[in-house]
Amino acid sequence: MKILIVDDFSTMRRIVKNLLKDLGFTNTVEADDGKSALPILEKGGIDFLVTDWNMPGMTGIDLLKAVRSNPHLANLPVLMVTAEAKREQIIMAAQAGVNGYVIKPFTAATLKEKIEKIFERIEG
Amino acid sequence: MKSDLLSLAKDLVAALENGDQIVADGLLDELAGLRETQLFKEIGRLTRQLHDTMVSFSVDAKIAAMTEHDIPDAKERLQYVIHMTEQAADQTLTAVENLVPISQQLNDRVALLSGKWGRFLDREMPLDEFKSMSAEISLHFKESKTGLEQVQSGLNDILMAQGFQDITGQIIRRVIDLVQELEISMVKLISISGRRSGDPATVQAHTELPGPVVPGVDDREGGVATSQVDVDDLLSSLGF
Repeated sequence: MKILIVDDFSTMRRIVKNLLKDLGFTNTVEADDGKSALPILEKGGIDFLVTDWNMPGMTGIDLLKAVRSNPHLANLPVLMVTAEAKREQIIMAAQAGVNGYVIKPFTAATLKEKIEKIFERIEG
Repeated sequence: MKSDLLSLAKDLVAALENGDQIVADGLLDELAGLRETQLFKEIGRLTRQLHDTMVSFSVDAKIAAMTEHDIPDAKERLQYVIHMTEQAADQTLTAVENLVPISQQLNDRVALLSGKWGRFLDREMPLDEFKSMSAEISLHFKESKTGLEQVQSGLNDILMAQGFQDITGQIIRRVIDLVQELEISMVKLISISGRRSGDPATVQAHTELPGPVVPGVDDREGGVATSQVDVDDLLSSLGF
């Protein structure tokens, strides 16, 4: 299981990376915005995407749309971890095909719960 | 200007007295022309003044709006930054304060046991003491396990506490944008009132994304999820 973590703040990437490690996911890669994430995704081998929304260059929502419109990536599970909390935004992300939505600041338990839920759905 | 007019008028009188109609007509044209140029100059000046006043009105209005709304808003946001950094520092310090005695205790016990273990290896330990040492070692394993679990959870707390950097960074970035905008407006105002030339840099637009929710600021009008529970409720209402 290889996970790509996309966030423009390196602190947040490290936090997510460490939490994932704690949950048993040790194989992670990082990118600082959608633009640098997309080529990594297109190269293949990524099984799960955790992305922020507000990033310079290419935002997380645009990355999500790009992923869903690419036939090779369309089924990739995507978890959004973001400070964006407007109702319209959450709805927009849901319509764009996000698999989970976590708002910052979040707890380790929340992240764990959402990730487990996503995997349960995929396997079930 | 006045002397121009006077000399032209004198020439005109002279020409008329001499009955020189052609010269008189020319001088009359010249007089009228002089008058018109002045009128145009005056209109030009008034137009420029009007334009400057209107520009300064719009800058004034912008600065007024910033003073009334954006600056108090920024103050509240910065207060929230203080609150978040304080919370993170507290959380980290609490975790460290809890962890230090645990690690100290484990360290002490390991020192004690390793001394005894050395004596056992050197065959200097009577059977009774060996029995009690075995019990101590068993206890040590049990306590180590609990202690290390606590250490693990404390480290996790420290890790999570660092999340403030992302949130506060986003908030501070927005305040910097506001200060920059204010600076540009002030420069514009100074350049208008001081009639200095030079175009100030164009006003930078706000980031269009609303960003982190600051409690008491962004949730006043509703429409925002203030907790993960809100998000989950909204998503489940959408069939998630």
